[in-house]
Amino acid sequence: METPERTVMERMEQGTAPPPDAEIPAAHTFEVKNLSIWYGEKRAIDNVTMDVASNAVTAIIGPSGCGKSTFLRALNRMHELTPKTRMDGTVLLHGDDLYSKTIDPAIVRRRVGMIFQKSNPFPTMTIGENVVIGLRLNGVRNQRFLNERLEKSLRMAALWDEVKDDLHKPGTSLSGGQQQRLCIARALAVEPEVVLMDEPCSALDPIATAKIEELIHELKAKYTIVTVTHNMQQAGRISDYTAFMYLGRLIEFGPTTKIFTNPTEKQTEDYITGRFG
Amino acid sequence: MEIATAPASKAFGPPVSPRSVAQAMARPSRFGDKAFEWLTFAMALTVAVLVVLIGWELWHGSVLAIKKFGFHFLVTSTWDPVADQFGALPFIYGTLVSSLIALLIAVPLGIATAAYLTELAPLWIRQPLVSLIEMLAAIPSVILGLWGIFVMIPWLRDYPFAWLKRLFGWTPLFGGPIYGPCMLAGGIIIAVMILPIITSVSREILRSVPDLQREAAYGLGATRWEATRIAVLSYAKKGLFGAVILGLGRALGETMAVTMVIGNTPQIVASLFQPGYTLASVLANEFTEATTDIYLQALFEIGLVLFGITILVNLLAQLLLRTIATTSATRAVQ
Repeated sequence: METPERTVMERMEQGTAPPPDAEIPAAHTFEVKNLSIWYGEKRAIDNVTMDVASNAVTAIIGPSGCGKSTFLRALNRMHELTPKTRMDGTVLLHGDDLYSKTIDPAIVRRRVGMIFQKSNPFPTMTIGENVVIGLRLNGVRNQRFLNERLEKSLRMAALWDEVKDDLHKPGTSLSGGQQQRLCIARALAVEPEVVLMDEPCSALDPIATAKIEELIHELKAKYTIVTVTHNMQQAGRISDYTAFMYLGRLIEFGPTTKIFTNPTEKQTEDYITGRFG
Repeated sequence: MEIATAPASKAFGPPVSPRSVAQAMARPSRFGDKAFEWLTFAMALTVAVLVVLIGWELWHGSVLAIKKFGFHFLVTSTWDPVADQFGALPFIYGTLVSSLIALLIAVPLGIATAAYLTELAPLWIRQPLVSLIEMLAAIPSVILGLWGIFVMIPWLRDYPFAWLKRLFGWTPLFGGPIYGPCMLAGGIIIAVMILPIITSVSREILRSVPDLQREAAYGLGATRWEATRIAVLSYAKKGLFGAVILGLGRALGETMAVTMVIGNTPQIVASLFQPGYTLASVLANEFTEATTDIYLQALFEIGLVLFGITILVNLLAQLLLRTIATTSATRAVQ
């Protein structure tokens, strides 16, 4: 039977996952220090400090309501769309303070792309328009450049061969898995520094899920990826580092191999062995 | 875990045989469902029958006039009850033009207000503003008409109309003397009257746009205006069009307030500063004076024309909606 432990150990032997004693590499994309977030009176994130390694996949796991989605959204200030949020602490992206008063959240989100639980292409736009809309928003008008980027992004999202003759069709005419890859292409088209994924496969069937996971592997070479997942098998299959969160706190963070085979904290072990959550 | 594995008898009382369960479940629903189906069908039918009956009654009431004037009724401009000459063209023109002016003013205003209320306004401002807009809808139209005569028209005449004349007086639309009561004033008062319905329907439609769409836009680094445009307004296009049509339906039939400010002169002139007349206004004004049969029948026919226009507008709108739905998503990239 496939277990996260087995999967991650196999990956380590193949050299595609860091060994349990690996340090978080010094090349950080994000440095999160003492981050706390409140929704009104409710504290969703409680004093989290964590570094996110560059060109690696970091998975955030934990039971529902543990704050993992909020944490992910805090990395591109998406949580601010919810009214009455408050934050404390710092988040640095390549050394830049994302919450500095002089920084526009729109700029942050151009540097940090995001993929959501359910695919959300714009239904009034064609496949092609969906991919380049981010560039259009940035003021790119050069049609040749847009077309080049359109093809490049769709190729990176492993969707080009499936849609190259249907670029004028509505984005919503695609299957669920294709729509999610279209959303990935849309996020990649603006060349972000990081891609955040909020349970990107939770609405997909196993075949579509496998395709997205394969894609995540390929994207790692160029992008830093942070993903939230409910699915422990998936965390074992795709991530290099895993963070376990519970009740808004970061319980344990380290190489996925260590988290799944030899966790330090009892709570982590209980969660990954299915004793709670 | 414990609840799921406990024997059913413990959690839900003594065990029952599968047959009795099936019987107990099948019996009541069948009759209830049928009754509900027929009841709702009857209700739906009532609405349809009402529309047909009203149309038939209007036709029946105007059959003499239809026979006497025929198609001429729709294309002649003379309205002379003394000479038994009846032509509806100035009223049709007045209804269409005043409604068009109303839409030109109320649609951008209503949709912008709705977008502000759902996308941009701080939370504490939203509810008071919504209540205010609903209060506007609650003002009786005769009161709005009085306000139109005593406040709006003098102000319009002194400021906006005077400016318009100075800037665009050379065009036929804003030429000629300014009386006060006129087509433009009529259009503006209708705009005030349809603004609440356009705003509140648009607001409901914008609110129903899934948050995922907004997040998709914000996630790409869209500003508030960009997200509202690409994710919200464009998603809601079809529904907003419906809101406009609802407003247009109201505008065509609006009677009291318009009658009080439009000037009530059956004429077709280019200048919006000249008085006009609408189908609804002439009905309201002249019903009590209709002493001859043919006069009354002509007024009935005016009603029939108004009825026909509203139905036609709605049909056209549905047709247009279908073309919007099929073409907007299939526009080519290049």
